[in-house]
Amino acid sequence: MNNFLSLIAEKRGLPGVLILALVLLVLFPLTMDINNLNLAGRFLAFAFVAVGIALSWGYGGMLSLGQGVFFGIGGYAMAMFLKLEASDPESTAAQTTPGIPDFMDWNQITSLPWFWEPFHSFTFTVLAILIVPTIVAALIGFALFTRRVTGVFFAIITQALVTIATILIVGQQGFTGGANGITDLRTLMGWDIRTDDALFTLYYISAVLLIGCVILGLWLLSTKYGSILTALRDREDRIRFSGYNVAYFKVFIFAVSAMMSGIGGAMFTLQVGFMSPSLIGIIPSIEFVIFAAVGGRLSLVGAVYGALIVGYAKVMFAEAYPELWLFLIGSVFIAVVMFAPYGLAGLYDKYARPHIQRFMREKGWLKDGASPTLPSASTEAK
Amino acid sequence: MDYSMQDLMAIFAMQGFAGLSFFSVLLLMALGLAIIFGQMRVINMAHGEFMVIGAYTTYVVSEVMGGWGSWGAEYYILFAIPLAFLVAFLVGMVVEVLMIRHLYHRPLDTLLATWGLALIMQQVFRSVFGAREVSPSTPSWLDGAWTPTPMIYIPLNGLFIMGLTLVVTLGVVWLMYRSRWGLRVRSTMASREMSAAVGINTRWVDRLTFALGCGVAGIAGAAFTMISSTGPTSGTLYIVDTFLVVVFGGAGSISGTVVSAFLIAQGQSILEFFLGSSMAKVLTLLVIIGILMLRPEGLFKSKVRR
Repeated sequence: MNNFLSLIAEKRGLPGVLILALVLLVLFPLTMDINNLNLAGRFLAFAFVAVGIALSWGYGGMLSLGQGVFFGIGGYAMAMFLKLEASDPESTAAQTTPGIPDFMDWNQITSLPWFWEPFHSFTFTVLAILIVPTIVAALIGFALFTRRVTGVFFAIITQALVTIATILIVGQQGFTGGANGITDLRTLMGWDIRTDDALFTLYYISAVLLIGCVILGLWLLSTKYGSILTALRDREDRIRFSGYNVAYFKVFIFAVSAMMSGIGGAMFTLQVGFMSPSLIGIIPSIEFVIFAAVGGRLSLVGAVYGALIVGYAKVMFAEAYPELWLFLIGSVFIAVVMFAPYGLAGLYDKYARPHIQRFMREKGWLKDGASPTLPSASTEAK
Repeated sequence: MDYSMQDLMAIFAMQGFAGLSFFSVLLLMALGLAIIFGQMRVINMAHGEFMVIGAYTTYVVSEVMGGWGSWGAEYYILFAIPLAFLVAFLVGMVVEVLMIRHLYHRPLDTLLATWGLALIMQQVFRSVFGAREVSPSTPSWLDGAWTPTPMIYIPLNGLFIMGLTLVVTLGVVWLMYRSRWGLRVRSTMASREMSAAVGINTRWVDRLTFALGCGVAGIAGAAFTMISSTGPTSGTLYIVDTFLVVVFGGAGSISGTVVSAFLIAQGQSILEFFLGSSMAKVLTLLVIIGILMLRPEGLFKSKVRR
């Protein structure tokens, strides 16, 4: 027992993952009814994006205000598949053109657009959810990072990209469902996703995938790649002078974070039953950053807690005191940035961890000298 | 479709004027940011909210002075604009003291903190003025249009905003590049330590520069509330455009901001004529991003080494 505890305590970040897994897979399902669990599942979908942001912003130093684009690609890909399934010729027989999604019929479109065709296939959809955000991010990253667009400029350009995406989706109503989005999604290959059982299963799928993403991220950071990434965040020119092609390192982590966002979008669509441009615009995209910042930009596990805490606070306050919500989230955000730049995880490292470690040492669970620490932030992220 | 030469000229003139009018609004909005972001490297996401402060100030002045009889209703705008500047200037100064000055060494974090500030300000607007959009009354001498020929119709408030933009731009350029104070600002931004060493009070330079940028945003707000109504979240609509204008022009160069506002406004209004407004906007943004990939420093590169 003692050996096991000291083993996980020495492995960087793993105890946090174990606790997170306990919370998500055991504690939440035991204590929550299905409505609350579904709510938690939505926040977990956002947490995918937050984990991606912690990787690319916290460790890579690239603040993207456009993660909504990738969340949207994943979410819309899933929504297109589900919508096609919901629009079979029998249930849409009342339309002018049966067999196409209802909003297309309303917009006088008489045949399915070519880019909707492949979404009849579930395999294609899953591949699209994983690959399209990755490729889009890689292209954007390649174009920007090889030209050495960094920091603020990168943030503003990604924000412009999310603006473009929203305008396109809202403007091309016949192809995308416009401002209402793609709604009324019912079944996934015949499996009704609106039942309590289905929501329960989907929650578990999200939680397991999310923990998988966190472990993938932690593993990436523990490799040599992770060290170089952190190094180039702090002193990009030194890494460049050491002979590394800095741009490729950044493109890679940006693409990984986009892939995670895409998975989150797909899980969101499945659990909520719709996808709309209001979920991917400028404001949601900044909210994703808020999740990561509150949780702690250097902590992947913290990003998950950040999404859950901010999400729940929003639901609770927005219902009870809608007037106060913006004051609260605004102040929390300013306070986090000014007084706790490393978020909840930073506060934990500073105030709680020393006590816990001393306690564990006294009990003999932790060997002396073994102090697992997160990679520290020697200088501020640029 | 038979257009006579005269009709075509008239369409051309009016389309060109629409572009010019958009240009002056865009420039007015971007000028404050060109000072705050371009000179100070502070990413003020609450810039839109400072414009809204100016817009609401104008609205309040119009309501109050409208009660003083026809004289007040006619000429309130001449008092509203300086007051909009002053209110935004003072709020900006308070924000600098409480928040921004602690974050100068962390530019990306100013982005996040000012976003939080923007949310708080939006809620303040909503609590004070309600969620409904408001617009001040238009004085009769700005209502209507100038019609040099029966075909050409040029709204007077558009002309007024153009004049205002010209005055404000010249004022800012004079202040930054011709005045003693502008010299101190530029030297502080180039090297804080050296400037402090030669006796410049860099803390006050920072404070006043930030407040000046906010004040100019307040004037922009006073101008745009004359052509469209103002609501608590109006500011967020403009923030992306405004930042792109400054980045595209090359941060740190006010003439770059002018050129870029002109190109973006004319490009977008010409495209709108052919493609409709949403596709025109998408295409404009794509072209800007494309050019920024080729020239990450923007059109006018600042010669200062940082």
